[in-house]
Amino acid sequence: MSAIFWVPAIVLVASAVWTVTASKPVYSVVALLLNFVALAVLFLTLSAEFLAMIQLIVYSGAILVLFLFVIALLSSGVAPLSLGPNRLPRIVAPAAICVAVALGLVLAGVATSHGIPAPPRAAYANAGSAGMPGVFGSVGDFGKALFTTYLLPFEVTALILMVAVIGTIVLAGDETPYVASRRRAEQNRKAMREAIAREGD
Amino acid sequence: MPAHLLPMPLANYVSLSAVMFFIGVAGVIVRRNPLIMLMSIELMFNAANLLFVAYARAWLNNAGHIFAFLVITVAAAEAAIALAIVVVAFRSSDRVDVDDVRTLHG
Repeated sequence: MSAIFWVPAIVLVASAVWTVTASKPVYSVVALLLNFVALAVLFLTLSAEFLAMIQLIVYSGAILVLFLFVIALLSSGVAPLSLGPNRLPRIVAPAAICVAVALGLVLAGVATSHGIPAPPRAAYANAGSAGMPGVFGSVGDFGKALFTTYLLPFEVTALILMVAVIGTIVLAGDETPYVASRRRAEQNRKAMREAIAREGD
Repeated sequence: MPAHLLPMPLANYVSLSAVMFFIGVAGVIVRRNPLIMLMSIELMFNAANLLFVAYARAWLNNAGHIFAFLVITVAAAEAAIALAIVVVAFRSSDRVDVDDVRTLHG
């Protein structure tokens, strides 16, 4: 019973460390994939079946592929790209201390708290059919809540995704004003450099 | 086993989530590669999601599931925008390092 928690938990932490310490972004993506799969397993043990599938499909299937595409795009330049400086900035020691202290405080708080209070009985009563084992976290249960109680947040999500699509096109599209002006600036700079070189001759 | 019992005490999930979150924080602070920094941010999102799902299970209330779903959606939007910025900012440079972006530095 406890292996069902500890095995994914260890994989989760190890792959998170690997993500952060990997020397190349591609390795980070692989580690992150492992991390997402372990998290999906944990979601399953918490009877969030639908979320586990969403985790695999959206995170591993969409977001990680997006990362891979960008890595491929950025390293398609002339020379093999030095992706990821391995030197550490000067702030690393104070940063490590701050992070360790913050984590220690959180863990100490968890350890010294007198357990998490059990939900009141009323919470079970309100949960209705959602409180029944085997139904809680299922697609039907989730969808019913999403399209009735939480309809407005769901609509806002649609808006956010649309903004993201438009923003991506504006930022990275080929013939957008931003990219065009950037290209013009580069051409001007090159022309000026050539003019200076001709002057030198 | 009653339906409201978790596989493990809730404190384990809280601790696991905290560890994962602070690994992500350390990644954002230490690494200078924008892609790895973004992946560290995804780690932090996932730590928060784990907490949402664990508490949803403890309270048998699927509001946590809905919120985790929204977090995943916002993370997708964030990743798309951030990666577009990375592509635009580093398209013509031979090194991918956020310290090299100093157009607004003056």
